[in-house]
Amino acid sequence: MPEARVIPLRPDDDEPHVPPRPSATWEEQVAGGLEFLSRRLTGDYETDEFGFDPDLSDHVLLPLLRPLFSRWFRVETQGVENVPATGGALVVANHSGTLPLDAMMTTVALHDDHPARRRLRLLGADLVFDLPVVGSLSRKLGSTLACNEDAERLLTGGELVGVFPEGFKGIGKPFRDRYTLQRFGRGGFVTAALRTGAPIIPCAIVGAEEIYPMIGNARTVARLLGLPYFPVTPTFPALGPLGLVPLPSKWLIAFGEPIETASYGPSAAEDPMLVFNLTDQVRETIQQSLYQLLLQRSSVFR
Amino acid sequence: MPPAVVLVTGVSRWLGGALAAELARDRAIERVIGVDTVPPSPEMLRRLGRTEFVRADIRNPLIGKVIATASVDTVVHMNISSTPAGSGGRGPMKELNVIGTMQLLAACQRASSVRRFVLKSTSAVYGASSRDPAVFTEAMQARRVPSGGFARDSLDIEGYVRSFSRRRPDVGVAALRFTNFIGPRIDSVLTHFLRMPLVPTALGYDARVQMLHEDDALAVLSRATTGDFAGTVNVGGEGTLLLSQVIRRLGRLQVPLPSPALGSLGRLTRRFGFVDYSPEQMRFLNFGRVVDTTVLREEFGYTPRYSTEQALADYASTVAPVVPPEVVAGVASRAEDLVARVGATVGAVGERLRPAPPSPGLRAVRDA
Repeated sequence: MPEARVIPLRPDDDEPHVPPRPSATWEEQVAGGLEFLSRRLTGDYETDEFGFDPDLSDHVLLPLLRPLFSRWFRVETQGVENVPATGGALVVANHSGTLPLDAMMTTVALHDDHPARRRLRLLGADLVFDLPVVGSLSRKLGSTLACNEDAERLLTGGELVGVFPEGFKGIGKPFRDRYTLQRFGRGGFVTAALRTGAPIIPCAIVGAEEIYPMIGNARTVARLLGLPYFPVTPTFPALGPLGLVPLPSKWLIAFGEPIETASYGPSAAEDPMLVFNLTDQVRETIQQSLYQLLLQRSSVFR
Repeated sequence: MPPAVVLVTGVSRWLGGALAAELARDRAIERVIGVDTVPPSPEMLRRLGRTEFVRADIRNPLIGKVIATASVDTVVHMNISSTPAGSGGRGPMKELNVIGTMQLLAACQRASSVRRFVLKSTSAVYGASSRDPAVFTEAMQARRVPSGGFARDSLDIEGYVRSFSRRRPDVGVAALRFTNFIGPRIDSVLTHFLRMPLVPTALGYDARVQMLHEDDALAVLSRATTGDFAGTVNVGGEGTLLLSQVIRRLGRLQVPLPSPALGSLGRLTRRFGFVDYSPEQMRFLNFGRVVDTTVLREEFGYTPRYSTEQALADYASTVAPVVPPEVVAGVASRAEDLVARVGATVGAVGERLRPAPPSPGLRAVRDA
């Protein structure tokens, strides 16, 4: 009678097989939710001087954005290795899409797809913080006002700062101008990077242009409401609130190679020619990688 | 060199009285003179110790005589009113703040004995708006210059103090820009506001609040009086909290109201002398304000003992919460128990229904 012998299932593998951690059971999820609620009710969480509320953003805001990120837009992230795991850096991206969904998707991309789960601290226009609800939610999600003081403070504190130098010119441009970068403000982001020696990471976002194709701009309405533009898309305002559903375009977010600024020294921020040159360099890089990304995409929705 | 004769204005208020009492305990100081328009409460009078109280109005030139005859060398100006409720309306408040300061400075300019001037100012001079940088340093100015109320008064006062220091360069001038005070004993705008069981706030806004514990405020004032720091310094605790968070930590209930409704509510409550919801206060409650305290720690040489969070916790020990945290914790843990029990039951039923898996040990062995 042959002796029974033990045959290892994975001969090369010395370590015992660890089964993948089962995703949280529903009891654990409910318990976590209850814990979160009781923490919220007693105010037992931390916020920072910019008004950033990591607890709320991790448990409510990011989970709300995730389905949009992975199911609706099916965002593909490229080049996260170009974003440093620690320390301050400035992510500069193109802005589009009528509503700043691109900013939120980039936040999710860096948090979920970067190994260090980095938090993107966005710089927003003053209009954002003027609005009730939107303003306070933006602060809780980690944004702050786009001004040099705040940008430099965040970068010195080792945070990853996100900026869209096109501003309203980019986000509110007509659909026929899609994927052409607008003027890059006054180069304030370059001076902030130079003063703090933080690298600039050019970031190209493809897909946001098609979510609300802006075919018209009701200037009179915009002026009445005090907004920089009032979009007219094929579905908005014709279909009312239904027009607010973004089209499910396919998104690609690519982070380019960092442009280092530390070697210029902080005094270089006073040299306008250098600031202009760097601004142009960043702008060109983003425009080039936008064209490359567009070639990778087989169609707008796939 | 420690001061010999100190004059403290606004001594009948809590902070002024506490400072005078602290200075009076210091034997190196010869005389401490307290000035106010109203006499201090008997309890305060007992604490003041050897402080000499002079009932005088700083809006009156008489103050000059007091400074000259006592040959005061250090003046601490704290008689600045932050709410119209305390001084009988906005008119008298402005007069006390601005004209009072001008009179006091005029008297100090004449008195050659004066060597040091300490101003209790406020971080309200930075205003509060959506266009503010997140953190103000001493070198920054208000993005939207406050147009009225306490902040405007404080800006004017700081302006007069600056021109005084130009005219008397031999006088060391320290301007202390305090954030909001909080603590078990002090009576401040914020403590008034947070003592209400239901706290009305503006819907859709959440301010960042930085606070300073009363003990730290006292220590900074006392150090500024006896030390030699000259210049402007922000004084605030480490860290910030959101207004909603502050209300929750105190176990109060937040009632968010649309801004216009809050405005009319404010006018109503002000008439009855309750809480001040002036437009300026509302802007603060909407946007908040945070100051950088590097100068305080590195140049002034004081690190507050309480952070904003700890100062609030100390204050919280004196107010009874409407929603006690133990209740919240109790409900949460009971709900968790329930969920665990339901989960266990469901799990057990599931086990029964599922066919038993084959014993795993046999799988690793293969027939040879």
